[in-house]
Formats: sequence, structure tokens, C-alpha cells
Amino acid sequence: MSKESTSPFDVAVIGAGPAGLAAAVAAAERGARVVVLDAATQPGGQFWRHRPESVEPDPEGHGHHGWKTYLDLRSRFDAAISTGVLHYLPNTQVWMIEREDAGRFVLRLTPATGTTIEVPTVRADKLVSCAGGYDRQLPLPGWELPGVMAAGGIQAFIKANGTLPGKRFVVAGTGPFLLPVAANIAAAGGKVVAVCESSSLTNWLPHMGAASGVPGKALEGAEYAAIFAKHRIRYRTRTVVTKVVGDSSATAVQIAKVDASGAIIPGSERLLEDVDIVGFGWGFTPQIELAVSLGAETRIDADGSLVCVADEKQSSTVPGLFLAGEVTGVGGAVLAVAEGYVAGASAANGEQPKTSTARQIQRHRRFASAMHQAHPVPEKWDELLTDDTLICRCEEVSHAQVTEARDVLGATDARTMKSFTRTGMGWCQGKVCGYAVSCLSAKGTTDENAQHASLTSVAKRPVATPLTLGEISTLDSREPHNL
Amino acid sequence: MNAPSDVIVIGAGVIGSAIAFFASQQGLSVTVLERGLPASGTSSACEGNILVSDKELGAELELTKFSLDTWRGDLAEHAGHWEFESKGGIIVASKESSLASLDRLTRAQGEYGIDVERVDIPRLREFEPHISPDALGAAWYPDDCQVQPMLVAGHLLNLARKNGAKVQVNTRVTGFVRHGETVTGVTTDRGEFHAPAVVNAAGSWSEHIAALAGVNVPVKPRKGFVMVTEPLPPMVHHKVYAAEYVDNVGSSDAGLQSSPVVEGTPAGSILIGSSRERVGFDRSVNTEALRQMATNAIALFPFLEKTRIIRHYHGFRPYCPDHLPVIGHDPRAPGLWHASGYEGAGIGLSAGTGKLMGQALAGLATDMSLAPFAPERFGEFTPNTMISQESAA
Amino acid sequence: MSNPPQRITVNLNATPVQAEAGQSVGAVLMGQGIKAWRTTRNEGKPRGLFCGIGACYDCLITIDGEPNQRACMVQASDSMNIEGDFSA
Ligand SMILES: Cc1cc2nc3c(=O)[nH]c(=O)nc-3n(C[C@H](O)[C@H](O)[C@H](O)COP(=O)(O)OP(=O)(O)OC[C@H]3O[C@@H](n4cnc5c(N)ncnc54)[C@H](O)[C@@H]3O)c2cc1C
Ligand SMILES: Cc1cc2nc3c(=O)[nH]c(=O)nc-3n(C[C@H](O)[C@H](O)[C@H](O)COP(=O)(O)OP(=O)(O)OC[C@H]3O[C@@H](n4cnc5c(N)ncnc54)[C@H](O)[C@@H]3O)c2cc1C
Ligand code: FES
Repeated sequence: MSKESTSPFDVAVIGAGPAGLAAAVAAAERGARVVVLDAATQPGGQFWRHRPESVEPDPEGHGHHGWKTYLDLRSRFDAAISTGVLHYLPNTQVWMIEREDAGRFVLRLTPATGTTIEVPTVRADKLVSCAGGYDRQLPLPGWELPGVMAAGGIQAFIKANGTLPGKRFVVAGTGPFLLPVAANIAAAGGKVVAVCESSSLTNWLPHMGAASGVPGKALEGAEYAAIFAKHRIRYRTRTVVTKVVGDSSATAVQIAKVDASGAIIPGSERLLEDVDIVGFGWGFTPQIELAVSLGAETRIDADGSLVCVADEKQSSTVPGLFLAGEVTGVGGAVLAVAEGYVAGASAANGEQPKTSTARQIQRHRRFASAMHQAHPVPEKWDELLTDDTLICRCEEVSHAQVTEARDVLGATDARTMKSFTRTGMGWCQGKVCGYAVSCLSAKGTTDENAQHASLTSVAKRPVATPLTLGEISTLDSREPHNL
Repeated sequence: MNAPSDVIVIGAGVIGSAIAFFASQQGLSVTVLERGLPASGTSSACEGNILVSDKELGAELELTKFSLDTWRGDLAEHAGHWEFESKGGIIVASKESSLASLDRLTRAQGEYGIDVERVDIPRLREFEPHISPDALGAAWYPDDCQVQPMLVAGHLLNLARKNGAKVQVNTRVTGFVRHGETVTGVTTDRGEFHAPAVVNAAGSWSEHIAALAGVNVPVKPRKGFVMVTEPLPPMVHHKVYAAEYVDNVGSSDAGLQSSPVVEGTPAGSILIGSSRERVGFDRSVNTEALRQMATNAIALFPFLEKTRIIRHYHGFRPYCPDHLPVIGHDPRAPGLWHASGYEGAGIGLSAGTGKLMGQALAGLATDMSLAPFAPERFGEFTPNTMISQESAA
Repeated sequence: MSNPPQRITVNLNATPVQAEAGQSVGAVLMGQGIKAWRTTRNEGKPRGLFCGIGACYDCLITIDGEPNQRACMVQASDSMNIEGDFSA
């Protein structure tokens, strides 16, 4: 495809998860020439991650919700590939995007694994970013021990490998996502010692109205209740893991009850022993660095995450750039698909979404927002931190260093914190510690915009994913674009 | 109203912070006004070299030597705060023509008393085992040092604070308070501040500050990128750069120039520079600059071809058309002082500048003459030198 | 689903080990009970899988001589050489 891939596409789609698949299919079915770039080796994204098709050619979607939707999208995706309107570049990461004349997008690519990239650059007139996100993390003592994973990381492990990363699990954090993780562990034969949810379920009561607009969710809830009962999984609310214990890897966790602010209730601590994998999930952080680098406007969503602003056509504030899925606000796969269809259609021909579609999206957004309000990050989460708790795992920056830089040197935003202490300067470029560093640096500042500014500085990541100097030395030059 | 002080410093970059520290050491009461947070300007978008090697003979080299003494003398007890390291610099020539410029430069520097030693290729390989086989000759500068610039600014401000200085962050200077011609304070978005001496240490934005006082200080932003590699075990042991770099530093061309500057850091990442272009405060990524820098760096250290970068950043060097900083009292606007225009050397020159400005502000004789850096060398404000678009941002 | 899993052999620090095809390098290691295969630069602490999806770079490992590959992203293949700070 090398020749074709060098001539500009009508639409480029970043990500082949729920949002990206829908966007690609919608655009291709409207006659647009589409290119899809995805870091993974096969379509599905996080939600529909599955065993490699090389070893399991017809996955049945065990443990997956909405697998029918996936199969439908996938067959349309494959059909568009076979007619040549859609080019799919798996194992490909977009590391930078530029604009050239007429506003055309120039996407710079690097291999996700391995060392060679066949197509280092693609150009497209319209761009749909469906880059999804990753688990949001909060540091706590012992979280750097091997055996501690992201909750979604455990989920991804099971879905992709068909095995478990350990035997006895604790899943902790907040949000309804902890439920499918625990359910999948149990279904795969693992023992879930406890699920610790920092919020109280009564937090849901004020939001039942929003939930009733999305009936599928109630059903899912009932399903999980049954699974939990069957596998005798303890679902502990108002409970947090206060530290992970272990020498060379996690072997136990200490848990405690918390009040509504997240403060530990004295005397409620207890040790859960014989645990080898601990999964933490505090919601998700949308992956918006590419959109931000193009100048897309951001806002803070109900869950405290920095997300990109999108209108009813899923258009960002940057002409030609459309957004769908987690990048517009964490809201689950159904919403991601709905937004993807709209984004793909408007990128292809400027089409306005149908009223019913717009309403569906609205309903799901309301539900997501209710979910976020019911599962906040505990206000006092940082009370668990000791002086030597690592905040930045890559550069091994401790909590004491962070507080000293804030209180003595005046590092009251994440950017300055990074300059003074190296938080976020390592391999992951602040993906893991960014949220926590923003909270810790802005702590005590009264400025309302401080957290937004701080999170924005974390979302600036001019190299979205590492690549070699050899690759940079062979970049073709772009036509200059005057913005 | 805010309580008056002896000195107001505009800008909390390395320069403003050093002045605040040394002025407060002189017993002066100091207020630092910074529109953002400490070191939020160029001082956090640069590298931290204190270089004698890249300076042509003249006043700037004189100031560099003075500054080096200040780093190693007055500031020695605090050196641990900002990771001061005497790691030494190496200039490598890989072309016959650059070998000739290196000959000329090192001979002159040697005569001037700079500690420089020509090294042959085997010796060069001892210094830098991974250097390109194309290297033809090199020079070794044991006096080239390094600091972590953000920590310099942060800690100097903190030390100044301990001497009683006030540091007002998130406070933008918007104009001057005048008594007749004389500057007696500044207006900000957080009220007025008064002092008989106001120091413009606003780096690349100092042309704009000067214009607010009606004087011309033609400091322009000269953009530069730095690429940061993945952390590696030590592969590059010194600051290593190509002989062409010295020519680029001295050039006044507005177009893109790049020459390889490669250095290892204590954190394991290798920093790769350098580019220079005058494009105002345009923050967009110049792929051509990155491409050239990568190509040049690989030419110097071939192993870098397979090394990954994890980020890059850019900063705006405060460039002065005659390549000399602007330091001292401005008779065109009595009460106004400047310390700006350090271009690519502000980190290295901050310590010396701070010390000299501290002396001058306290009314003492300065250890070194500031005459070559006099602000009034740019003459009066004329309409065509009026604040250019470049510095309006 | 009913097909018997294909087997591959990978070399973990030069020790040949049987694994199921279609797993990530990280999964192969975890399957062997190896939870950490990298040591941190400053404090020399052990690290293995964390985010599981290529975002955190905690799981870096040398694969077929290429250092700093993400174990969670790379699929293990027959006769692959996997080297890190672990004992197989
Ligand atoms: C690890 C993980 C596991 C999850 N598991 C579940 C679950 O089991 N159940 C559930 O309800 N929800 C789950 N979620 C939430 C779920 O991801 C979302 O609800 C939904 O999948 C979002 O769809 P999306 O299309 O927006 O993004 P994603 O599904 O995340 O898809 C984004 C895709 O874009 C690719 N990508 C990102 N950046 C680039 C780039 N720069 N270049 C190229 N490609 C790129 C990614 O590799 C990915 O394939 C999980 C989330 C995570 C992070
Ligand atoms: C890529 C690159 C590499 C470099 N490498 C080196 C090196 O190795 N060694 C070296 O010595 N130098 C180096 N430099 C140069 C060095 O960074 C600068 O000379 C130095 O940082 C200038 O410091 P400053 O304090 O004058 O300016 P700045 O750090 O920019 O400080 C000026 C401050 O003024 C503030 N300000 C502006 N306007 C206002 C206002 N209206 N009100 C209040 N505050 C205001 C700004 O926010 C800013 O914080 C490099 C520069 C670049 C770009
Ligand atoms: S586990 Fe995070 S990158 Fe592999």
C-alpha cells in the first residue's frame, strides 16, 4: 500500500477501539478514503481486546459486553479494507501531528513494537482522534512493588492472554469498572480476596434518575451481583487499601474504612494476607496529548480528568479535528461507539447527527457524569502518603521531595514541579503520575484555574510516544502551514 | 498598597533570582515580581551549562570568567542545591574547515588565559569512547561546568527570601510608576509596587518591559529545541559539541541554524541540541530543526541512531543583536535597571551578574566594569525600533 | 476455543522455556512466576508489569538484543531471546 499511503487521505482515525472502529466505518461507508492508525496489533481497543487472532481466529467474546456490536463493526471494517477505501495500520503509534498548507494533518508514525515502520508519515484532510485512555492512578505506600497493577491492566492481561497474572487478587479504587475486572478474574479461575470501593453505594441514590435513562446498566449491575455471589467476592464499600505490603513483590495489603472525605477511620485497619496481585483503578485518564498539541480546547470533566471539548458533531475547537470516545470524557464503550459514528460521519461529509443519536449520546453523558459524581477520588487520598512513598515511579521522586519543592521552592503547578523534582520527566512522560502531581502541587492554592492549568501542562507531551533519533533523522519535511 | 522596598526585580528566572539573592545579601530589601511561577520562562527551557569554551574573546568572556569564580566562590556552599558539576567540555572538529576554526579559537583562548587543551584522537576516545570515527581533532575545556538551572532559580529565590526578600508570583508587571522622568515603581495586575530601583530581568520579554518605560532594549527571542533521550547507562561523559556550534552562536542570521551539542546528564538521559531561529514566540514544532539536530547528533555519536527520544522542548533565548547582554542602570529612564539579553549563556552568567548588580544597586563599586553592557548603547526610542511584533507575545 | 494451544519455546536469560503461543512477553514471564525483570536506575528496585497496555514503561526488557522493549506489548514468538534482571 506504500504508494497509496503517501497520497493524502480524506480522513485519518487514531485508534481502533470502540470509538475508532465506529468512526472509521462511518467515514468509509460515506465514501471517504480512510486510514486507521492503531498501536495494538488487532482491532478492538481496550474494551474489545481479545486473544491474538493468529491463535484464536474466531473469538467468541467470552467475558465481553457488546461483542455483537464488535462483530458487526469488525465485519464492516474488514469489508471497507477489502474494497480498498480503508487502510488499516496496526502496531503503529502516532507520535506527533503537524499541519501543513490548507490545514492538512501530517501524522508522524513509529512502530509500537519492533524497530521498523513501513509508512512513517500519513497525511489527511480530516482527523478523528479516538485515542482512548489508561487507568488513572493514585500513589500509595508500596504501589511500586511488582504484583501491583492497574485494574485495567489486569483486565487487558486476561483478555489478551487468556490467563491470569497471579492467583489471589485484591481490586481497589473507585468506580463501576472494578466490577467487571473482579468478575473476569473470577471467571478465569482467580480468587478475588476483596474489592475495595472508596465510595459508598448510597452515593448513587441522588443519581438514579440519570441511570434510569440507560437501562442496560441496571442489567449489568444485576449480572455482577450474581457473579459476586457465586464466587463469594467481598465488595467492601467506603474501604481503601492503605498500603501494599511485600518485600520483592506484593504479598498482602492493609485496608481501612474511610469517611466521606476519604479520611481513615481510626481502628478500622486490617491486613489481608496471601495476596499476589493488587489492581488499582481510580477511573481513567483520557489520552489527549495529540489533540492538545493541535490546540484543542480542554475542560475538566466531572471525574476531574482533563478532556477535550467537542460539539454535537464531535468537532473539537480545532477545524478539521474530530474527537470520540474517552478523549471527550470517560463514558464507556457504548457512548464511545455512538460518538465514533457521529465523528466519522461529520469528518466524512459534515453530516449532522440524527436527533435520536444526539439524544442517546446526551443520555449516556448524563449517566457517565452521575457515575463520576458517585465515585469521586477521595478528597483526602494523599493522607496515606508517607515521606518516602514514590510519587513518580519512573524517576523515583518521593512524596517528601514533592512537598519540599511545593512548600519551599514554590512549585505550585505540575510544570514547575517537573522542573524542580523531575516528576513526569521519565519514560512515561507523566502519564502515570500526572494526575497525582497536579493535585499535590496545586494543594493549598485557592486559584480555581490552578488544577486546570496544572493538568494542561501534564497533557502537553510533544513526543506522544518515544522513537529513535534515526527515525527523526529521516523525517520528510512538511510544507509550512501558516496558522 | 504594597510596602515599598529598595529594589523591585521583574522576572524570577535565573537572572532575576540571582540579583534578588545578591542584592538581599547587600542588605537591600527586595521584591521579586513574576507573572508566572519561579523559572517559568526560558530558565526552565534550556540546558545548564556554564561554558567558557563557546565564547569569543571580549567582554562576554570576561563576564563568564567572573561568573565562574562566583559560582565556585560566593555560591560554593550552596552548590549541592543545584547539582553543580565540573564536568568539562569538548569541542570536536570533523571537517577540515572546522578544524581550522578550532585552531584559531583555541589559540586565541589560550593566549587569553582560558584553560584549553588540544587533544588528539586517541585521547579524545579516552574522554568519549563512543565518538564518531570521523572526528579529526578536538579541544578539551576542563572549566566548563553544569548546573540544574531551575533549581538555581528556585534555591536562590529561597535564599533571598531568607534574607527578607519578597517573591510575588502570578503577578504581571503592566507599566511603570514615574515621578517626572524617574521610575519609582511598577503597576501590576495585583496593584502598585514602589521602589527607587526597578530591575528589568524579564529575559526574552524584556524588550516589552523596557518599552513600557519608553526605552529601547532590542532583545528578541531566539528559539531553540532540545531533545531528551531515554535514560541510558553513561555513554556521553562531557558536554560535546561540534566546532560549527561556535560559529552559529555568533551568527545573527534569523533563519534556522543547527549544530550538534550532545551531553549526558546525571539522570541518564542525553540532551541533544541545538537549534537557533528567530521566529518570534512561535511555539510550533519545527520538524526540520529536529531532523537536522538528530542527523548532526548521530554524526557525532553514531550509537544515537538507535537511541530513542522521550520528549523535546524549546525555549526562547533572549537574543541581543550585538550578542552582548544589557546590564546596568538606564540613564534614559532614571531608576530603571536592566539585566537581560544573555541569549544562550544566561545560566552561566547569572551568578556573576547577580553579584555585580548587587554591588551596583547597593551603590558600591563593581568588581568588574559594566560599561560594555550599558543599556544606553541602543540610543533613543525611534518609531522603527518600536516594540516589534516578535516581542509582543 | 477448543483447538489445543500451540507451543513455542522462548529463551529466558538463555534458559529455554515452553510457553503458549499468542501471549505477550510479560504474560510468558508472569506464567513462569517471574513478576519483575527490570531494576530501577536510582534505587535498584524491581519492576514488572504495571499498566499492562503500553503506557507506563515499567515493563521494559531486552528482546532479541533490543533493549527497552515493552513486555506487555510485544507478543512472544518461537526462539525469542528475552533478557532482563530475573532468574529463570
Ligand atoms: C486497560 C483498560 C481496560 C479496560 N477494560 C474495560 C472493560 O473491561 N470493561 C469496560 O467497560 N471498560 C473497560 N475499559 C474502559 C474502556 O476502554 C472504554 O470504555 C472504551 O473502550 C473506550 O473506547 P475508546 O475507543 O475511546 O478507546 P480505547 O478502547 O482505549 O481505544 C483507543 C485505541 O487507540 C490506540 N491509540 C491511542 N493512542 C494512540 C496513538 N498515539 N497512536 C496510535 N494508536 C493509539 C490505543 O492503542 C487503543 O487501541 C478499559 C480501559 C483500559 C484503559
Ligand atoms: C534551548 C536552550 C538552551 C540553553 N542552554 C543554555 C546553557 O546551556 N547555558 C546557559 O548559560 N544558558 C543557556 N540558555 C540560555 C538561558 O536559558 C537564558 O539565557 C536564561 O534562562 C535567561 O534567564 P532570564 O532570567 O534572563 O530569563 P527567563 O528565565 O525567561 O526569566 C524571565 C522571567 O520574566 C518573567 N516575566 C516576563 N514578563 C513579565 C512581566 N510582564 N511581569 C512579570 N514577570 C515577567 C517571565 O515569566 C520569566 O520567568 C539556553 C537557552 C535555550 C533556549
Ligand atoms: S506494563 Fe506499562 S508499559 Fe508495559
